Amino acid sequence: MRPDGRAPIFFKNLMPANAFNGMTDYGIGIGLRVPHYNHILSEKPDCDWFEIISENFMVDGGRPLRVLDQILEQYQVVQHGVSMYFGSAEPLNREHLKKLKRLVKRTNTPWLSDHLCWGSVDGRYTHDLLPMPYTRAAAKATARKIREARDFLEVPIAVENVSSYAEFHVSEMTEWEFLNEVVERADCGILLDVNNIYVSSRNHNFDPFEYVNSVPAERVAQFHIAGHSKYERYILDTHDHPVIDPVWRLYAHAIGRVGKTATLLEWDARIPSFDEVHNEALKAGQYLENIESKTVAA
Amino acid sequence: MAGAVMRPLAAGGGMKRQWHDGRPMKNVASDFIKPNNRLTSFERLEIYNRQYWFRLKDCFYEDYPGLRAILGEHRFERMACAYLARHPSQSFTLRNLGRFLVDFLDAEPRWLGRLRGPALDMARLEWAHIEAFDNEARPALEIDSLLDADPADIRLQLQPHLTLLQLGYELDEFLIHVKQGAGLRTEASNAMEQPRTRKEGRRKRHLQPKTMFLAVHRHDDTVYYKRLHAGQFRLLSAFRAGATLAGACAELAESADANVAEVKSWFETWAALGWFCKLA
Repeated sequence: MRPDGRAPIFFKNLMPANAFNGMTDYGIGIGLRVPHYNHILSEKPDCDWFEIISENFMVDGGRPLRVLDQILEQYQVVQHGVSMYFGSAEPLNREHLKKLKRLVKRTNTPWLSDHLCWGSVDGRYTHDLLPMPYTRAAAKATARKIREARDFLEVPIAVENVSSYAEFHVSEMTEWEFLNEVVERADCGILLDVNNIYVSSRNHNFDPFEYVNSVPAERVAQFHIAGHSKYERYILDTHDHPVIDPVWRLYAHAIGRVGKTATLLEWDARIPSFDEVHNEALKAGQYLENIESKTVAA
Repeated sequence: MAGAVMRPLAAGGGMKRQWHDGRPMKNVASDFIKPNNRLTSFERLEIYNRQYWFRLKDCFYEDYPGLRAILGEHRFERMACAYLARHPSQSFTLRNLGRFLVDFLDAEPRWLGRLRGPALDMARLEWAHIEAFDNEARPALEIDSLLDADPADIRLQLQPHLTLLQLGYELDEFLIHVKQGAGLRTEASNAMEQPRTRKEGRRKRHLQPKTMFLAVHRHDDTVYYKRLHAGQFRLLSAFRAGATLAGACAELAESADANVAEVKSWFETWAALGWFCKLA
Protein backbone atom coordinates (compact mmCIF):
# COMPACT_ATOMS: atom_id res chain seq x y z
CA MET A 1 0.00 0.00 0.00
CA ARG A 2 1.06 3.56 -0.60
CA PRO A 3 1.39 6.01 2.29
CA ASP A 4 -2.02 7.42 1.56
CA GLY A 5 -3.56 3.98 1.98
CA ARG A 6 -4.50 3.48 -1.64
CA ALA A 7 -3.63 0.40 -3.66
CA PRO A 8 -0.26 0.39 -5.41
CA ILE A 9 -0.34 1.57 -9.00
CA PHE A 10 0.84 -1.69 -10.58
CA PHE A 11 -2.04 -3.48 -8.91
CA LYS A 12 -4.64 -1.11 -10.24
CA ASN A 13 -3.13 -1.27 -13.69
CA LEU A 14 -4.27 -4.85 -13.87
CA MET A 15 -7.73 -3.82 -12.80
CA PRO A 16 -8.91 -0.93 -14.92
CA ALA A 17 -12.49 -1.73 -14.16
CA ASN A 18 -13.99 -0.27 -11.02
CA ALA A 19 -17.33 0.23 -9.39
CA PHE A 20 -17.61 3.68 -10.92
CA ASN A 21 -17.57 2.44 -14.50
CA GLY A 22 -19.72 -0.58 -13.84
CA MET A 23 -16.71 -2.93 -13.66
CA THR A 24 -16.22 -2.60 -17.39
CA ASP A 25 -13.04 -2.62 -19.40
CA TYR A 26 -13.82 -0.31 -22.30
CA GLY A 27 -11.07 0.88 -24.58
CA ILE A 28 -10.93 3.94 -26.78
CA GLY A 29 -14.14 5.52 -28.00
CA ILE A 30 -15.41 8.62 -29.70
CA GLY A 31 -18.48 10.77 -29.29
CA LEU A 32 -21.38 9.71 -31.52
CA ARG A 33 -22.15 12.69 -33.76
CA VAL A 34 -24.75 13.22 -36.50
CA PRO A 35 -22.29 13.73 -39.41
CA HIS A 36 -20.96 10.20 -38.79
CA TYR A 37 -24.29 8.39 -38.59
CA ASN A 38 -24.39 7.23 -42.19
CA HIS A 39 -20.77 6.08 -42.18
CA ILE A 40 -21.17 4.14 -38.96
CA LEU A 41 -24.42 2.50 -39.99
CA SER A 42 -23.28 1.58 -43.47
CA GLU A 43 -19.60 0.75 -42.92
CA LYS A 44 -19.80 -0.54 -39.34
CA PRO A 45 -16.23 0.55 -38.57
CA ASP A 46 -14.36 -0.92 -35.64
CA CYS A 47 -14.73 1.29 -32.59
CA ASP A 48 -14.50 0.14 -28.99
CA TRP A 49 -17.40 2.27 -27.85
CA PHE A 50 -19.43 5.39 -28.45
CA GLU A 51 -20.39 8.07 -26.01
CA ILE A 52 -23.78 9.64 -26.65
CA ILE A 53 -25.07 12.97 -25.39
CA SER A 54 -28.05 11.77 -23.39
CA GLU A 55 -30.15 14.85 -24.10
CA ASN A 56 -30.00 14.23 -27.85
CA PHE A 57 -31.84 10.97 -27.34
CA MET A 58 -34.28 11.95 -24.60
CA VAL A 59 -36.96 12.35 -27.24
CA ASP A 60 -40.19 10.51 -27.88
CA GLY A 61 -39.43 9.17 -31.34
CA GLY A 62 -37.97 9.71 -34.76
CA ARG A 63 -34.58 9.22 -36.31
CA PRO A 64 -32.49 9.82 -33.18
CA LEU A 65 -33.91 6.79 -31.41
CA ARG A 66 -33.91 4.68 -34.57
CA VAL A 67 -30.23 5.42 -35.10
CA LEU A 68 -29.45 4.78 -31.46
CA ASP A 69 -31.12 1.38 -31.57
CA GLN A 70 -29.11 0.45 -34.64
CA ILE A 71 -25.91 1.59 -32.95
CA LEU A 72 -26.78 -0.39 -29.85
CA GLU A 73 -27.05 -3.54 -31.93
CA GLN A 74 -23.38 -3.23 -32.89
CA TYR A 75 -21.54 -1.16 -30.31
CA GLN A 76 -21.06 -0.44 -26.65
CA VAL A 77 -22.58 2.90 -25.70
CA VAL A 78 -22.07 5.11 -22.65
CA GLN A 79 -24.31 8.05 -21.78
CA HIS A 80 -22.89 11.49 -21.15
CA GLY A 81 -25.17 14.31 -20.05
CA VAL A 82 -24.95 18.07 -20.27
CA SER A 83 -27.97 19.28 -18.35
CA MET A 84 -28.23 17.56 -14.97
CA TYR A 85 -26.56 20.59 -13.39
CA PHE A 86 -25.60 18.96 -10.09
CA GLY A 87 -24.25 22.32 -9.00
CA SER A 88 -27.43 24.32 -9.56
CA ALA A 89 -29.24 25.34 -6.40
CA GLU A 90 -32.61 24.00 -7.48
CA PRO A 91 -33.55 20.38 -6.84
CA LEU A 92 -33.22 17.72 -9.51
CA ASN A 93 -36.05 17.71 -12.02
CA ARG A 94 -38.00 14.48 -11.55
CA GLU A 95 -39.44 14.52 -15.05
CA HIS A 96 -35.96 14.92 -16.45
CA LEU A 97 -34.73 12.02 -14.36
CA LYS A 98 -37.59 9.83 -15.53
CA LYS A 99 -36.74 10.52 -19.16
CA LEU A 100 -33.10 9.86 -18.44
CA LYS A 101 -33.91 6.59 -16.75
CA ARG A 102 -35.94 5.46 -19.76
CA LEU A 103 -32.85 6.09 -21.87
CA VAL A 104 -30.60 4.28 -19.38
CA LYS A 105 -32.82 1.23 -19.70
CA ARG A 106 -32.65 1.49 -23.48
CA THR A 107 -28.85 1.79 -23.69
CA ASN A 108 -27.86 -0.31 -20.67
CA THR A 109 -25.09 2.19 -20.11
CA PRO A 110 -22.69 0.75 -17.53
CA TRP A 111 -22.13 4.18 -16.08
CA LEU A 112 -23.44 7.64 -16.72
CA SER A 113 -21.59 10.91 -16.61
CA ASP A 114 -22.46 14.58 -16.32
CA HIS A 115 -20.61 17.70 -15.34
CA LEU A 116 -19.55 19.22 -12.07
CA CYS A 117 -21.12 22.55 -12.81
CA TRP A 118 -24.29 24.56 -12.65
CA GLY A 119 -26.33 26.06 -15.47
CA SER A 120 -29.96 26.62 -14.57
CA VAL A 121 -31.77 29.05 -12.30
CA ASP A 122 -35.47 29.06 -11.48
CA GLY A 123 -36.21 26.74 -14.38
CA ARG A 124 -34.29 28.79 -16.92
CA TYR A 125 -31.45 27.01 -18.67
CA THR A 126 -28.21 28.62 -19.84
CA HIS A 127 -27.17 25.48 -21.76
CA ASP A 128 -23.66 26.20 -20.58
CA LEU A 129 -21.40 24.42 -18.11
CA LEU A 130 -20.86 27.20 -15.61
CA PRO A 131 -18.08 26.94 -13.01
CA MET A 132 -19.01 26.56 -9.37
CA PRO A 133 -17.84 28.49 -6.35
CA TYR A 134 -15.55 26.03 -4.60
CA THR A 135 -17.11 26.11 -1.16
CA ARG A 136 -17.86 23.34 1.32
CA ALA A 137 -21.54 24.24 1.29
CA ALA A 138 -21.63 23.89 -2.50
CA ALA A 139 -19.75 20.59 -2.34
CA LYS A 140 -22.21 19.23 0.19
CA ALA A 141 -25.29 20.28 -1.77
CA THR A 142 -23.83 19.01 -5.04
CA ALA A 143 -22.89 15.64 -3.56
CA ARG A 144 -26.41 15.24 -2.22
CA LYS A 145 -27.87 15.75 -5.69
CA ILE A 146 -25.43 13.28 -7.24
CA ARG A 147 -26.47 10.68 -4.69
CA GLU A 148 -30.15 11.35 -5.37
CA ALA A 149 -29.62 10.99 -9.10
CA ARG A 150 -27.67 7.78 -8.72
CA ASP A 151 -30.28 6.28 -6.40
CA PHE A 152 -33.04 7.15 -8.84
CA LEU A 153 -31.23 6.09 -12.00
CA GLU A 154 -29.70 2.97 -10.44
CA VAL A 155 -26.48 3.34 -12.42
CA PRO A 156 -23.00 4.50 -11.34
CA ILE A 157 -22.42 8.20 -11.91
CA ALA A 158 -19.15 9.89 -12.82
CA VAL A 159 -18.82 13.67 -12.66
CA GLU A 160 -16.66 15.54 -15.13
CA ASN A 161 -14.44 18.49 -14.34
CA VAL A 162 -15.34 21.39 -16.67
CA SER A 163 -13.11 23.91 -18.37
CA SER A 164 -13.62 27.41 -17.03
CA TYR A 165 -12.85 31.03 -17.70
CA ALA A 166 -13.75 32.57 -14.35
CA GLU A 167 -12.95 32.04 -10.67
CA PHE A 168 -14.97 33.29 -7.71
CA HIS A 169 -13.87 35.33 -4.72
CA VAL A 170 -15.94 33.14 -2.43
CA SER A 171 -14.07 29.94 -3.32
CA GLU A 172 -12.52 28.30 -0.28
CA MET A 173 -10.41 25.69 -2.05
CA THR A 174 -8.85 24.75 -5.38
CA GLU A 175 -10.88 23.13 -8.12
CA TRP A 176 -9.28 19.73 -7.52
CA GLU A 177 -9.90 19.96 -3.80
CA PHE A 178 -13.51 20.75 -4.57
CA LEU A 179 -13.77 17.83 -6.99
CA ASN A 180 -12.33 15.50 -4.37
CA GLU A 181 -14.67 16.83 -1.69
CA VAL A 182 -17.70 16.28 -3.94
CA VAL A 183 -16.81 12.77 -5.12
CA GLU A 184 -15.90 11.59 -1.64
CA ARG A 185 -19.15 12.93 -0.21
CA ALA A 186 -21.18 11.51 -3.08
CA ASP A 187 -19.11 8.34 -3.30
CA CYS A 188 -19.19 8.65 -7.05
CA GLY A 189 -16.77 8.35 -9.93
CA ILE A 190 -14.81 10.91 -11.90
CA LEU A 191 -14.79 11.51 -15.61
CA LEU A 192 -11.42 13.15 -15.79
CA ASP A 193 -11.20 15.49 -18.75
CA VAL A 194 -7.51 16.20 -19.17
CA ASN A 195 -8.15 18.76 -21.88
CA ASN A 196 -10.39 20.67 -19.49
CA ILE A 197 -7.70 20.53 -16.83
CA TYR A 198 -5.20 21.90 -19.33
CA VAL A 199 -7.56 24.67 -20.52
CA SER A 200 -8.39 25.76 -16.97
CA SER A 201 -4.75 25.56 -15.91
CA ARG A 202 -3.84 28.05 -18.62
CA ASN A 203 -6.80 30.28 -17.85
CA HIS A 204 -6.21 30.26 -14.10
CA ASN A 205 -2.44 29.85 -13.86
CA PHE A 206 -2.14 26.54 -12.04
CA ASP A 207 -0.05 23.44 -12.63
CA PRO A 208 -2.21 20.84 -14.44
CA PHE A 209 0.00 18.02 -13.15
CA GLU A 210 -0.71 19.05 -9.57
CA TYR A 211 -4.42 18.72 -10.41
CA VAL A 212 -3.97 15.24 -11.89
CA ASN A 213 -1.77 14.14 -8.99
CA SER A 214 -4.45 15.18 -6.52
CA VAL A 215 -7.31 13.23 -8.06
CA PRO A 216 -8.26 10.00 -6.25
CA ALA A 217 -7.12 7.55 -8.93
CA GLU A 218 -9.40 4.77 -7.78
CA ARG A 219 -12.45 6.89 -8.56
CA VAL A 220 -11.58 7.67 -12.17
CA ALA A 221 -14.17 5.90 -14.32
CA GLN A 222 -13.28 7.43 -17.65
CA PHE A 223 -11.07 9.96 -19.43
CA HIS A 224 -11.97 12.66 -21.91
CA ILE A 225 -9.52 14.09 -24.38
CA ALA A 226 -10.24 16.88 -26.87
CA GLY A 227 -8.87 19.83 -28.76
CA HIS A 228 -9.37 23.50 -27.97
CA SER A 229 -8.81 26.98 -29.39
CA LYS A 230 -6.07 29.28 -28.17
CA TYR A 231 -6.72 33.00 -28.11
CA GLU A 232 -4.36 35.77 -27.17
CA ARG A 233 -5.36 35.97 -23.54
CA TYR A 234 -7.27 32.78 -22.83
CA ILE A 235 -8.06 29.31 -24.13
CA LEU A 236 -11.56 28.30 -25.17
CA ASP A 237 -12.71 24.70 -24.92
CA THR A 238 -14.10 24.34 -28.45
CA HIS A 239 -13.63 20.64 -29.25
CA ASP A 240 -12.86 21.53 -32.85
CA HIS A 241 -9.19 20.60 -33.17
CA PRO A 242 -6.93 17.60 -32.70
CA VAL A 243 -5.51 17.03 -29.23
CA ILE A 244 -2.36 19.06 -28.69
CA ASP A 245 0.87 17.53 -27.37
CA PRO A 246 0.74 19.09 -23.90
CA VAL A 247 -2.69 17.51 -23.40
CA TRP A 248 -1.36 14.14 -24.59
CA ARG A 249 1.47 14.46 -22.06
CA LEU A 250 -1.02 15.23 -19.33
CA TYR A 251 -3.09 12.24 -20.43
CA ALA A 252 -0.04 10.00 -20.36
CA HIS A 253 0.73 11.16 -16.85
CA ALA A 254 -2.87 10.67 -15.76
CA ILE A 255 -3.16 7.09 -17.01
CA GLY A 256 0.22 6.45 -15.42
CA ARG A 257 -1.45 7.19 -12.10
CA VAL A 258 -4.86 5.72 -12.81
CA GLY A 259 -4.10 2.79 -15.08
CA LYS A 260 -5.76 1.73 -18.30
CA THR A 261 -9.15 3.38 -18.27
CA ALA A 262 -11.89 3.98 -20.80
CA THR A 263 -10.87 6.96 -22.90
CA LEU A 264 -12.98 9.06 -25.20
CA LEU A 265 -12.20 11.76 -27.74
CA GLU A 266 -14.70 14.60 -28.04
CA TRP A 267 -14.96 16.45 -31.36
CA ASP A 268 -18.06 18.64 -31.52
CA ALA A 269 -17.50 21.42 -34.02
CA ARG A 270 -16.06 21.50 -37.53
CA ILE A 271 -16.25 17.73 -37.32
CA PRO A 272 -14.02 15.92 -39.82
CA SER A 273 -14.59 12.43 -41.20
CA PHE A 274 -15.21 9.49 -38.91
CA ASP A 275 -11.79 8.07 -39.76
CA GLU A 276 -10.01 11.30 -38.90
CA VAL A 277 -11.77 11.56 -35.56
CA HIS A 278 -11.27 7.89 -34.77
CA ASN A 279 -7.60 7.96 -35.75
CA GLU A 280 -7.08 10.93 -33.46
CA ALA A 281 -8.69 8.99 -30.63
CA LEU A 282 -6.60 5.92 -31.33
CA LYS A 283 -3.45 7.91 -30.62
CA ALA A 284 -4.37 7.29 -26.99
CA GLY A 285 -3.57 3.66 -27.66
CA GLN A 286 0.19 4.18 -27.67
CA TYR A 287 0.01 5.70 -24.20
CA LEU A 288 -2.20 2.90 -22.97
CA GLU A 289 0.21 0.34 -24.41
CA ASN A 290 3.07 1.98 -22.55
CA ILE A 291 1.11 1.60 -19.35
CA GLU A 292 0.48 -2.05 -20.16
CA SER A 293 4.14 -2.79 -20.81
CA LYS A 294 5.14 -1.08 -17.57
CA THR A 295 2.54 -3.14 -15.77
CA VAL A 296 3.89 -6.37 -17.19
CA ALA A 297 7.40 -5.30 -16.21
CA ALA A 298 6.23 -4.55 -12.68
CA MET B 1 -24.16 35.40 -12.35
CA ALA B 2 -26.98 33.81 -14.34
CA GLY B 3 -28.61 37.20 -14.77
CA ALA B 4 -25.44 38.60 -16.24
CA VAL B 5 -24.82 35.57 -18.46
CA MET B 6 -28.32 35.61 -19.93
CA ARG B 7 -28.57 39.37 -20.32
CA PRO B 8 -28.71 40.57 -23.95
CA LEU B 9 -25.42 41.74 -25.39
CA ALA B 10 -24.68 45.36 -26.22
CA ALA B 11 -25.04 46.53 -29.81
CA GLY B 12 -21.37 45.89 -30.51
CA GLY B 13 -21.63 42.25 -29.46
CA GLY B 14 -19.96 42.57 -26.06
CA MET B 15 -21.33 42.63 -22.54
CA LYS B 16 -23.29 45.73 -21.58
CA ARG B 17 -21.29 48.31 -19.64
CA GLN B 18 -23.96 49.05 -17.08
CA TRP B 19 -25.98 46.78 -14.82
CA HIS B 20 -29.75 47.14 -14.48
CA ASP B 21 -29.40 49.49 -11.50
CA GLY B 22 -26.95 51.76 -13.28
CA ARG B 23 -23.79 50.47 -11.61
CA PRO B 24 -20.80 49.98 -13.92
CA MET B 25 -20.77 46.34 -14.99
CA LYS B 26 -17.05 46.13 -14.26
CA ASN B 27 -17.86 46.78 -10.59
CA VAL B 28 -20.64 44.24 -10.58
CA ALA B 29 -18.38 41.61 -12.13
CA SER B 30 -15.48 42.31 -9.79
CA ASP B 31 -17.78 41.83 -6.81
CA PHE B 32 -17.85 38.09 -7.42
CA ILE B 33 -15.31 37.20 -10.11
CA LYS B 34 -11.56 37.34 -9.65
CA PRO B 35 -9.45 39.00 -12.32
CA ASN B 36 -6.22 37.38 -13.46
CA ASN B 37 -3.05 38.76 -14.99
CA ARG B 38 -4.61 38.80 -18.49
CA LEU B 39 -8.34 39.35 -18.06
CA THR B 40 -10.41 41.64 -15.88
CA SER B 41 -13.42 40.32 -14.00
CA PHE B 42 -15.60 42.00 -16.60
CA GLU B 43 -13.81 40.25 -19.46
CA ARG B 44 -14.02 36.85 -17.79
CA LEU B 45 -17.75 37.22 -17.23
CA GLU B 46 -18.16 38.52 -20.76
CA ILE B 47 -16.85 35.24 -22.16
CA TYR B 48 -19.85 33.47 -20.65
CA ASN B 49 -22.28 36.20 -21.67
CA ARG B 50 -21.15 36.01 -25.28
CA GLN B 51 -21.07 32.21 -25.32
CA TYR B 52 -24.66 32.08 -24.07
CA TRP B 53 -25.96 34.26 -26.87
CA PHE B 54 -23.84 32.69 -29.59
CA ARG B 55 -25.05 29.25 -28.58
CA LEU B 56 -28.73 30.15 -28.48
CA LYS B 57 -28.65 32.17 -31.67
CA ASP B 58 -26.79 29.39 -33.48
CA CYS B 59 -29.50 26.98 -32.46
CA PHE B 60 -32.22 29.40 -33.51
CA TYR B 61 -30.59 30.02 -36.88
CA GLU B 62 -30.44 26.29 -37.44
CA ASP B 63 -34.06 25.71 -36.45
CA TYR B 64 -35.54 28.59 -38.48
CA PRO B 65 -33.80 28.87 -41.85
CA GLY B 66 -37.09 29.64 -43.60
CA LEU B 67 -38.01 32.47 -41.26
CA ARG B 68 -34.49 33.82 -41.65
CA ALA B 69 -34.83 33.75 -45.42
CA ILE B 70 -38.10 35.66 -45.27
CA LEU B 71 -37.03 38.28 -42.76
CA GLY B 72 -33.45 38.72 -43.88
CA GLU B 73 -30.43 38.46 -41.59
CA HIS B 74 -30.75 41.77 -39.76
CA ARG B 75 -34.45 41.61 -38.99
CA PHE B 76 -34.14 37.94 -38.02
CA GLU B 77 -31.28 38.77 -35.66
CA ARG B 78 -33.28 41.50 -33.94
CA MET B 79 -36.34 39.28 -33.70
CA ALA B 80 -34.33 36.33 -32.36
CA CYS B 81 -32.68 38.43 -29.66
CA ALA B 82 -36.01 39.91 -28.59
CA TYR B 83 -37.63 36.49 -28.46
CA LEU B 84 -34.79 34.81 -26.59
CA ALA B 85 -34.65 37.64 -24.08
CA ARG B 86 -38.40 37.29 -23.46
CA HIS B 87 -38.42 33.50 -23.54
CA PRO B 88 -35.15 32.08 -22.26
CA SER B 89 -34.91 28.32 -22.50
CA GLN B 90 -37.07 26.51 -19.99
CA SER B 91 -36.13 23.07 -21.16
CA PHE B 92 -33.10 20.83 -20.71
CA THR B 93 -32.90 20.60 -24.48
CA LEU B 94 -32.39 23.35 -27.04
CA ARG B 95 -34.84 21.47 -29.23
CA ASN B 96 -37.63 23.32 -27.44
CA LEU B 97 -36.12 26.79 -27.81
CA GLY B 98 -38.76 27.93 -30.30
CA ARG B 99 -41.74 26.57 -28.42
CA PHE B 100 -43.23 30.03 -27.77
CA LEU B 101 -42.13 31.72 -30.98
CA VAL B 102 -45.47 31.69 -32.79
CA ASP B 103 -47.28 33.14 -29.77
CA PHE B 104 -44.54 35.72 -29.36
CA LEU B 105 -44.71 36.83 -32.98
CA ASP B 106 -48.48 36.84 -32.92
CA ALA B 107 -48.42 39.14 -29.90
CA GLU B 108 -45.56 41.31 -31.15
CA PRO B 109 -45.79 41.48 -34.94
CA ARG B 110 -43.57 44.56 -35.03
CA TRP B 111 -40.57 42.22 -35.28
CA LEU B 112 -41.84 41.00 -38.65
CA GLY B 113 -42.42 44.29 -40.44
CA ARG B 114 -44.45 44.13 -43.63
CA LEU B 115 -43.81 40.39 -43.94
CA ARG B 116 -45.98 39.51 -41.00
CA GLY B 117 -48.22 37.07 -42.88
CA PRO B 118 -45.63 34.80 -44.47
CA ALA B 119 -43.25 35.13 -41.53
CA LEU B 120 -45.82 34.04 -38.99
CA ASP B 121 -46.88 31.16 -41.20
CA MET B 122 -43.26 30.13 -41.65
CA ALA B 123 -42.70 30.12 -37.88
CA ARG B 124 -45.68 27.78 -37.56
CA LEU B 125 -44.40 25.53 -40.34
CA GLU B 126 -40.88 25.33 -38.92
CA TRP B 127 -42.13 24.52 -35.43
CA ALA B 128 -44.33 21.82 -36.94
CA HIS B 129 -41.20 20.46 -38.62
CA ILE B 130 -39.40 20.27 -35.28
CA GLU B 131 -42.37 18.48 -33.75
CA ALA B 132 -42.57 16.06 -36.67
CA PHE B 133 -38.88 15.23 -36.42
CA ASP B 134 -38.88 13.58 -33.01
CA ASN B 135 -42.35 13.54 -31.51
CA GLU B 136 -43.78 10.20 -30.55
CA ALA B 137 -45.06 7.78 -33.18
CA ARG B 138 -47.63 5.56 -31.56
CA PRO B 139 -48.54 2.13 -32.94
CA ALA B 140 -50.65 2.67 -36.03
CA LEU B 141 -54.30 1.80 -35.82
CA GLU B 142 -55.48 -1.10 -37.94
CA ILE B 143 -58.53 0.32 -39.67
CA ASP B 144 -59.97 -3.17 -40.00
CA SER B 145 -60.24 -3.27 -36.24
CA LEU B 146 -62.97 -0.63 -36.50
CA LEU B 147 -65.19 -2.52 -38.91
CA ASP B 148 -67.68 -3.67 -36.31
CA ALA B 149 -67.68 -0.43 -34.33
CA ASP B 150 -70.42 2.19 -34.44
CA PRO B 151 -69.09 5.31 -36.26
CA ALA B 152 -70.84 7.39 -33.64
CA ASP B 153 -68.46 5.90 -31.06
CA ILE B 154 -65.22 5.96 -33.02
CA ARG B 155 -62.78 8.74 -32.21
CA LEU B 156 -59.71 8.52 -34.41
CA GLN B 157 -56.49 9.69 -32.82
CA LEU B 158 -53.84 11.36 -34.97
CA GLN B 159 -50.13 10.72 -34.47
CA PRO B 160 -48.42 13.17 -32.09
CA HIS B 161 -45.85 13.94 -34.80
CA LEU B 162 -48.58 15.11 -37.21
CA THR B 163 -49.43 18.83 -37.33
CA LEU B 164 -52.24 20.27 -39.45
CA LEU B 165 -51.65 23.77 -40.76
CA GLN B 166 -53.75 26.26 -42.64
CA LEU B 167 -51.33 28.69 -44.24
CA GLY B 168 -51.87 31.90 -46.14
CA TYR B 169 -48.86 31.34 -48.40
CA GLU B 170 -47.33 28.44 -50.31
CA LEU B 171 -44.42 28.07 -47.96
CA ASP B 172 -43.76 24.35 -48.24
CA GLU B 173 -41.83 24.64 -51.48
CA PHE B 174 -40.12 27.77 -50.27
CA LEU B 175 -38.86 26.03 -47.12
CA ILE B 176 -37.78 22.94 -49.01
CA HIS B 177 -35.85 25.17 -51.37
CA VAL B 178 -34.20 26.95 -48.45
CA LYS B 179 -33.22 23.70 -46.84
CA GLN B 180 -32.15 22.37 -50.23
CA GLY B 181 -34.04 19.24 -49.45
CA ALA B 182 -34.50 16.64 -52.11
CA GLY B 183 -35.83 13.20 -52.65
CA LEU B 184 -39.21 13.45 -51.02
CA ARG B 185 -41.40 10.72 -52.33
CA THR B 186 -44.60 11.81 -53.95
CA GLU B 187 -46.23 8.93 -52.17
CA ALA B 188 -45.85 10.81 -48.91
CA SER B 189 -45.82 14.36 -50.14
CA ASN B 190 -46.73 16.36 -53.17
CA ALA B 191 -44.56 19.27 -52.12
CA MET B 192 -41.86 18.49 -54.67
CA GLU B 193 -44.01 18.13 -57.73
CA GLN B 194 -43.18 21.50 -59.20
CA PRO B 195 -39.74 22.47 -60.46
CA ARG B 196 -37.55 24.47 -58.11
CA THR B 197 -35.52 26.65 -60.36
CA ARG B 198 -36.04 30.19 -59.13
CA LYS B 199 -33.67 31.92 -56.78
CA GLU B 200 -34.61 32.26 -53.14
CA GLY B 201 -34.83 36.06 -53.30
CA ARG B 202 -37.15 35.93 -56.24
CA ARG B 203 -39.26 33.36 -54.44
CA LYS B 204 -39.51 35.63 -51.44
CA ARG B 205 -40.60 38.57 -53.54
CA HIS B 206 -43.15 36.42 -55.29
CA LEU B 207 -44.76 34.98 -52.18
CA GLN B 208 -48.36 35.71 -52.99
CA PRO B 209 -51.20 35.16 -50.56
CA LYS B 210 -52.85 31.83 -51.25
CA THR B 211 -54.63 29.64 -48.76
CA MET B 212 -53.18 26.18 -48.47
CA PHE B 213 -53.62 23.25 -46.12
CA LEU B 214 -50.71 21.17 -45.01
CA ALA B 215 -50.01 18.08 -42.96
CA VAL B 216 -46.49 18.09 -41.51
CA HIS B 217 -45.66 14.54 -40.55
CA ARG B 218 -42.96 11.91 -40.29
CA HIS B 219 -42.72 8.75 -42.35
CA ASP B 220 -39.78 6.35 -42.21
CA ASP B 221 -37.91 8.88 -40.06
CA THR B 222 -38.18 11.64 -42.64
CA VAL B 223 -40.29 14.76 -42.25
CA TYR B 224 -42.70 15.51 -45.07
CA TYR B 225 -45.08 18.34 -45.93
CA LYS B 226 -48.19 16.90 -47.53
CA ARG B 227 -50.68 19.25 -49.09
CA LEU B 228 -54.32 18.64 -48.25
CA HIS B 229 -57.61 19.63 -49.80
CA ALA B 230 -59.88 21.82 -47.70
CA GLY B 231 -62.15 18.87 -47.03
CA GLN B 232 -59.27 16.68 -45.95
CA PHE B 233 -58.04 19.37 -43.62
CA ARG B 234 -61.51 19.85 -42.15
CA LEU B 235 -61.94 16.13 -41.57
CA LEU B 236 -58.53 15.63 -39.97
CA SER B 237 -58.94 18.74 -37.84
CA ALA B 238 -62.22 17.39 -36.59
CA PHE B 239 -60.53 14.16 -35.55
CA ARG B 240 -57.81 16.08 -33.79
CA ALA B 241 -60.47 18.09 -31.96
CA GLY B 242 -62.01 14.87 -30.72
CA ALA B 243 -64.99 14.51 -33.03
CA THR B 244 -66.41 11.07 -33.66
CA LEU B 245 -66.06 9.51 -37.08
CA ALA B 246 -69.77 9.98 -37.68
CA GLY B 247 -69.69 13.59 -36.52
CA ALA B 248 -66.67 14.52 -38.61
CA CYS B 249 -68.08 12.89 -41.73
CA ALA B 250 -71.46 14.54 -41.24
CA GLU B 251 -69.75 17.90 -41.00
CA LEU B 252 -67.81 17.17 -44.18
CA ALA B 253 -70.97 16.08 -46.01
CA GLU B 254 -72.60 19.39 -45.16
CA SER B 255 -69.81 21.26 -46.89
CA ALA B 256 -70.08 18.95 -49.93
CA ASP B 257 -66.34 18.95 -50.43
CA ALA B 258 -66.04 15.32 -51.40
CA ASN B 259 -67.91 12.22 -52.44
CA VAL B 260 -67.85 8.87 -50.72
CA ALA B 261 -65.29 7.33 -53.06
CA GLU B 262 -62.92 10.21 -52.53
CA VAL B 263 -63.24 10.09 -48.78
CA LYS B 264 -62.58 6.36 -48.83
CA SER B 265 -59.35 6.91 -50.75
CA TRP B 266 -58.31 9.60 -48.28
CA PHE B 267 -58.69 7.18 -45.40
CA GLU B 268 -56.72 4.54 -47.25
CA THR B 269 -53.86 6.96 -47.83
CA TRP B 270 -53.86 8.25 -44.26
CA ALA B 271 -54.00 4.74 -42.87
CA ALA B 272 -51.11 3.70 -45.13
CA LEU B 273 -49.11 6.64 -43.82
CA GLY B 274 -49.89 5.52 -40.26
CA TRP B 275 -51.55 8.77 -39.29
CA PHE B 276 -54.18 7.11 -37.13
CA CYS B 277 -52.98 5.67 -33.88
CA LYS B 278 -54.20 3.94 -30.82
CA LEU B 279 -54.90 5.87 -27.67
CA ALA B 280 -51.84 6.58 -25.52
